[in-house]
Amino acid sequence: METITMSHGSGGKSSDQLISHIFAKHFSNPILNKMEDAAVFEICGKVAYSTDSFVVDPIFFPGGNIGKLALCGTVNDLAMMGAIPKYVTAGFILEEGLPLDQLEELVMAMADAAREANVTIVAGDTKVVEGKGGLYINTSGIGLIPEDRNISPTHCAVGDAIIVSGNMGDHHGCILSQRMGIENGIKSDCTPLNNLVEKLFKGGIRVKAMRDITRGGLGTILNEMAHSSNNSIEIFDEKIPVHPEVAAFCDILGLDPIYMANEGKFVLFVHPDDEEKALNIMHGDKDGKEAKTIGSVKEGAGVYAITKLGGKRMIDLLFGEGLPRIC
Amino acid sequence: MNTTQELIEYLKNYDGPPIKIMEVCGTHTASIFKNGIRSLISDKIKLISGPGCPVCVTPKSYIDQCIEYAKLDNHCLITFGDMLKVTGSQENLLEAKAQGAHVEMVYAPHSVLEKAQKNPEMTYVIAGVGFETTVPSYGLIIEEARKRKINNVKFLFCLKTVIPALDWLCSVEEGIDGFIAPGHVSVIIGRKPYDALTEKYKKPFVIAGFEGEHILMALYDLVHQIEKGLHRADNLYKNVVKETGNKKALDLISEYFELKDSFWRGVGTIPGSGLYIKEKYKDFDLGNKPFEDHTVESSGCRCGEIILGRIEPTECPLFKTVCTPLEPYGACMVSPEGTCGIWYRNV
Repeated sequence: METITMSHGSGGKSSDQLISHIFAKHFSNPILNKMEDAAVFEICGKVAYSTDSFVVDPIFFPGGNIGKLALCGTVNDLAMMGAIPKYVTAGFILEEGLPLDQLEELVMAMADAAREANVTIVAGDTKVVEGKGGLYINTSGIGLIPEDRNISPTHCAVGDAIIVSGNMGDHHGCILSQRMGIENGIKSDCTPLNNLVEKLFKGGIRVKAMRDITRGGLGTILNEMAHSSNNSIEIFDEKIPVHPEVAAFCDILGLDPIYMANEGKFVLFVHPDDEEKALNIMHGDKDGKEAKTIGSVKEGAGVYAITKLGGKRMIDLLFGEGLPRIC
Repeated sequence: MNTTQELIEYLKNYDGPPIKIMEVCGTHTASIFKNGIRSLISDKIKLISGPGCPVCVTPKSYIDQCIEYAKLDNHCLITFGDMLKVTGSQENLLEAKAQGAHVEMVYAPHSVLEKAQKNPEMTYVIAGVGFETTVPSYGLIIEEARKRKINNVKFLFCLKTVIPALDWLCSVEEGIDGFIAPGHVSVIIGRKPYDALTEKYKKPFVIAGFEGEHILMALYDLVHQIEKGLHRADNLYKNVVKETGNKKALDLISEYFELKDSFWRGVGTIPGSGLYIKEKYKDFDLGNKPFEDHTVESSGCRCGEIILGRIEPTECPLFKTVCTPLEPYGACMVSPEGTCGIWYRNV
C-alpha cells in the first residue's frame, strides 16, 4: 500500500507526481492546469468570499468524507449570502502514512461535489507533516452576488416564516456514531446547497436571511438571528424535523438535535406570503424533501419553543460542547 | 384522570396549600424545562431540583487526584465529558490537559480495554464517577479485564448511591412534600427500596420516566397523594422499572463494591452513601478512600444549598454573573444535568 511520505512534501519529483497523479487529474480545468503561482481569472460585480478549515475525524463516514465536506462547507457559506459560488481553492495538510488510495478517493469526492455545485477548483496547495496518516483541508471560495439580492439577518421582520430544509442532526449523529463505534443507519447529510438556493431565488421567493445549520445547531443560529434582527423567534418542538434514528440516538445519549450540526441543511427566513411557494420549491429538490416551517419571527427578544404539551421553553445558545450525559 | 389535557387542568387549577416537590434526578430537571412544565402548573406547586447529578456532588479533592494521575508519565485519565470542566481546588481537567496532562474523554469507558491491550506500557485510569446506573458497567469492565488478564486499567472511584442520600435528605429537610424518584437509578434498584423511605418519613415517592407526560402523571400522583395525606411509593415507569430492580446489575454491584460513608460536594458526609471497591479486587483500585473537601467554598458559590433544594439557582449571587456554563464556578453549572446549568439555559 502506497502512503504519503515526507518526500511528497519536498517540492521535488514526488511532489510533482502526487500533484499530477491525484490533484491535477481529478480537479483538471483550464485555470488550474496552468500550474502557476496564482490562479488568474476575471470577475466583476459584488463578490462574497469565504474560507473554512476541515479537521473531521474520521475522514471517511457514511454519506461522505472530508474532501466532499471541505468543498460543500465553503460552497454553502457562499450560497447562504445569496452568492452564486464560482471559484474554490483547496489547501491540503497531509500526515505521513496517509494511504494514497484514500487520498485519491476523497479528492474524487471533492471533484464530484464541485461538479454538482458548478464551481471550479482554481488553486491548491499540499504540505506534508508528521502524524498518524490523517489529513486536514482548508478551502476558500468566491461567489458572485447578483445585483438584486441583499441577504442579511437584519432584514428579518415580525411575521416572517422560518423554514428548515430538512432533518436536524444527521451529520453530527453520524460522526458521533462512528467515533463511538455504534452501528446504525445514520448518514451525514453533507451536500452542496447552492442549487436549491438558486431555485428559491429563481422562483421569486423573498428571502430575508439564510444560514446553513452547522456547528452550534439550529438553536444557536436562531439566537444569532433573533439578536441581529432585534426580534424574538417562536418555534414549535413538534414541527422540528428529526429522522427517527437520529432522534432515538439523541435520546439515548441525552443530546438535543436542536444543538447538533448538519452539513447539508439550512434555515430560511421568508416573507410570510411566500412560505407555501418556498416549501413547494424545496420539496421538489432532492435536498429539500423534508423541508418544514418550524415557526415565525415575533416581537420581543430571545428564542423560545412551544413544547408538545403546550408549555413554553427558552432556547439558548449552545454552551461548550454538547456532551453526552453520564447517567 | 386520563388525558394529558386533564392532567394539565388538574395541576394548573390546584389551589390547596403550597406544595414543594423535589425531582431528584438531573435528567428529570432537564425534561421539566424541555417540556415547559413549570409554565403548565399552578404557582402553588413548587418544583425543586435535587442532588441527582453525580458530577455536581463530586468533591474537589477527587478532581485534584484525577489531575495528579493525568500528569504522571505513562498514565492516561479516562473520563466522561461532563467531568472535564468541574473545578478542583486549583484547576479543572481541561486546563490540566492544555498543560500536557493526559486526559481522554470517552462515551463508554469499556472502550479502554482495547486501548490498554494495545498499549501495555500505559496505565489507563478510569475516573469512576456515578450512581447505581453507571456502577454495574464498571463491574463489567473489571470482570472483562480479569478475564483478559489486562492489568494496566485502574479505577479512581467516587461512586454514590441514591437511597441513603434521600434518607439523609428527608431527615434534614422537612419542607419537601414529595419526590419524583429517579428513573434510571430505579431501573437498577427497583421500586421496593423506596418503601422504607415512605414509611419512615410519611412522604410519597413516585418513579417516573422522562417524557413530559410521564412527569405530568408523576406530579398528579404526588399532588393527589399529598392532598389526601397518603405516602405510597408508586412506580409509573413500569415498562423498565421492576419491583426488585435488575438482578444482574445488582449482582455486579454487590460482587465488586461495598457501602461506606461518602462525601458529597457542597453537602458533607452522608453515612453509607458511597460505593467502594472490595478488598479482594483492590488491584484495580487507585483511590479506595473517601474523598473529602476540607476547605469551605470561599467564592460565594451556593451549589450545596441548591443541591438540597434550599435555594433556587437565581438566589445564588454568582449565578449568571460570574458563574456561567463557559466559566463554571460551582459543579452544578458544569454538567448539562446540573441544576444551575439547566436553569442557565432555560430561565
